Amino acid sequence: MFSVRSYHEMTSNPPVEYGREVELPALPPQGSTDRARRWRRIRRALVLPVAALALSGCTLPNFGASPGVTTSSKSVFHLWQGFSISAIIVGGLTLLLIIWAVFRYGRKSDRIPKQSQYHLPLEWTYTIVPILIVFGLFAATLVVENKETANPKTNVTVNVLAFQWGWKFSYPGSNALVYGQTTQAPEMVIPVNTNIHINLRSSDVIHGFYVHAFNFSRYALPGVLNQFTIRAVNTGTFFGQCTQLCGLYHSLMWFRVKVDTPDQYQAWLASYNNPSAASAAKSAGTATKQQISSIVPSKPTTSKGDN
Amino acid sequence: MTDVLPRPVEHVEHGHEELHEEHQGRTGILNWLTSTDHKVIGMSYTVTSVIMLIIGGAFAEIIRAQLSTPNGSLVSLAQYNELFTMHGSVMIYLFAGPFAFGALANIIVPLQIGAPDMAFPRLNALSYWLYLFGSLTLLSGFFTAGGAASFGWVAYAPLSNSLNTPGSGADLWIGGLLLTGFSAIFTGVNLCATIFYLRAPGMTMFRMPIFTWNMLVTAILILLAFPVLTAGLIMLYCDRHFGTHIFSVAGGGVPVLWQHIFWFWGHPEVYILALPFFGMVTEIIAVFSRKPVFGYKGMIFATLGIAALSLGVWAHHMYTTGVVLLPFFAIMSLLIAVPTGIKMFNWIGTMWRGEIWFSTAMLMAVGFLITFLIGGLTGIFLASPPLDFFTHDTYFVVAHFHSIVMALVMGAFGGLYYWGPKITGYMLNETIGKIQFWFLFIGTQVFTIPGYILGLDGMPRRVALYPHDPQWQTLNQISTLGAILIGISTIAFVVNIAMSWKKHPAGDNPWDAHTLEWFTTSPPPHHNYYRLPQIRSERPTWDYNHPEHKTAAHGHHEEHHDQEVPVS
Repeated sequence: MFSVRSYHEMTSNPPVEYGREVELPALPPQGSTDRARRWRRIRRALVLPVAALALSGCTLPNFGASPGVTTSSKSVFHLWQGFSISAIIVGGLTLLLIIWAVFRYGRKSDRIPKQSQYHLPLEWTYTIVPILIVFGLFAATLVVENKETANPKTNVTVNVLAFQWGWKFSYPGSNALVYGQTTQAPEMVIPVNTNIHINLRSSDVIHGFYVHAFNFSRYALPGVLNQFTIRAVNTGTFFGQCTQLCGLYHSLMWFRVKVDTPDQYQAWLASYNNPSAASAAKSAGTATKQQISSIVPSKPTTSKGDN
Repeated sequence: MTDVLPRPVEHVEHGHEELHEEHQGRTGILNWLTSTDHKVIGMSYTVTSVIMLIIGGAFAEIIRAQLSTPNGSLVSLAQYNELFTMHGSVMIYLFAGPFAFGALANIIVPLQIGAPDMAFPRLNALSYWLYLFGSLTLLSGFFTAGGAASFGWVAYAPLSNSLNTPGSGADLWIGGLLLTGFSAIFTGVNLCATIFYLRAPGMTMFRMPIFTWNMLVTAILILLAFPVLTAGLIMLYCDRHFGTHIFSVAGGGVPVLWQHIFWFWGHPEVYILALPFFGMVTEIIAVFSRKPVFGYKGMIFATLGIAALSLGVWAHHMYTTGVVLLPFFAIMSLLIAVPTGIKMFNWIGTMWRGEIWFSTAMLMAVGFLITFLIGGLTGIFLASPPLDFFTHDTYFVVAHFHSIVMALVMGAFGGLYYWGPKITGYMLNETIGKIQFWFLFIGTQVFTIPGYILGLDGMPRRVALYPHDPQWQTLNQISTLGAILIGISTIAFVVNIAMSWKKHPAGDNPWDAHTLEWFTTSPPPHHNYYRLPQIRSERPTWDYNHPEHKTAAHGHHEEHHDQEVPVS
């Protein structure tokens, strides 16, 4: 916004002619007070809605993203909104300048326009203002990033092993074990409102552990233990998928995350300690030996808890 | 104002015609095979790389056709992996780079600085032949039993080892890239030497056109980045065949090392691809706005800034590995927005208060600005690690870099429409050109914008099948429609070449352009110039044609006496 005005105002001064002594104008050009007034009006018209939007926080549009179901997915979502707003302001302004230049300065005659080339105050403006914006974005990034990569105390640990082309979820200190290939979409069960520590590994190539509702992904690397903490705040079943190309059946390397209440979760864990559940686990194991189906079933149901 | 000699009536003096003939001893195919003339080599590069664009585009059309239904059965999963691998490889390694520094830079840089040829003409020929045979090697993977390489254009270890990707297609991919990599390195050496040592009298560094400046910086980046890729490819080949364990866990190697090596080349490569097109667009916008490049020196410093920063941002492709220092790479990546923004505002400043002539080249340049703005802004999101965790390896990323590369494609076509008359001596048809532009511009937006939405909704990249979801299917079909529009635009270009073949002679300077190459004939004679104008700014041809409209000065001025400098 600032650059529009300064550009307009400053380039209207006569440029310094090549090879001549030039007197600098001592007074601002005549129109400048009018212009300043007009500018103030424009500024008021622009600033008010933006401020209103900013104050009414929760009514901000989601800009294509969703808040997700974990604590960090929500802060990522707010960061997304912040970035989107600054991108729309900067991008919209730039786009307006491009469109204005294109429509306003189309060739009307064979006139040769003034051959002006430099305008240092303007150039410094559009160097320094973006630097300030960038540092603002960086600060916001740091806040969210530190929250996301923090390792708070956790009560539940899940070992996730990615392999070509499926997932294995095991729970240290329990017999619970879930695994499955491709569209079997094995289900990782976790309790709600609990810090979950995830140990992510790969047994072969690099895979990507990605749950859209978590607004988060992390590579499963062979030979490297990747650890992170999530805390889901809504119950429901959420779709996950490998995002890093891992070979032939990469497209179908699906899984699900089921967020249960702590009671349901405990009951589910306990079910693995009695014999009938153990046999159920065995049958799940034999299922993985079935031929991999290339038929795509419907997207696994994703029920979103209340938000 | 100081004087300029009157403009001579004829540009080519007849006395020089014999000289011209002397150099054209061989004709036809033998001339082409043995030529070391930068214009002939550049023309070979142009034709080859545009053919590569068409091949890569055909792969893209198949990919988009497959994705128009969730359960597409046009190609198998294996073929799909080969197709997107080769699409990316062809476009990045065989089109964008070679087109920029092999084709246009090869032809235009010596002309813009008043040099008779590249510094090392034979090395230049070697570059082309390495490129041609490297390309054929890479593509020949399709004719092997196991099919072409299928590990993505980034070839992440350990997917790219001999266990996970057996077969000679992958080896041919590595071999092809080694050849084209050396071709790029040699071209980089050649461009540096040419720009540093063969500038005409008066052509100081700060009188070089922005395109030449950008090519110099690109050449330096090539020299810094490509040897790393070459080394990495040799390591990968050793891992595959000679039992080394550089990237395999089993033998104590580190798979992520490949990503470091690859992206240490790969991110500068992004700017190696982009800077030449920035240069082309800068020239086009200035010429068709009839104004000098706004903030000429700022533009150069911005280019240098981008190049410097580009060497310290490679790990922003690796945020989700969990093994890189996030804040450092985040701030470095975000900072690249600053010099890029300076360029954007300089381009707008160049158009500001100009008299813009909307030729096809200029339309392409404006299309570049808008498309690059979209791609650039979404790139800022990806520079922030938390937002990258959220969108990494989804269609958001695919849409982001396709906005960028499609902007570069517009820049490339802009360059062809702008310099085509200089290179061939004939104009391209403007009407078909404008049709091509609108198909390309609208097609690009229709193709990329659904990708952003799909990515935010969680669709991963490099998938041949996706869950049944009506919204995903609709968005994918819109995207496919965009790809078809882009395909039509490419056909329009081919039709244009066929229809305007040797029809309308261009004359020396059809655009009333600024830089030195428009001072000589179209096409230029064997060693480019019989005589040169005084070079007292970065726009010698403009100064010569419009002595009363020189750049409005800022700061000091110098006494000079314009006169022609004969070259022997």
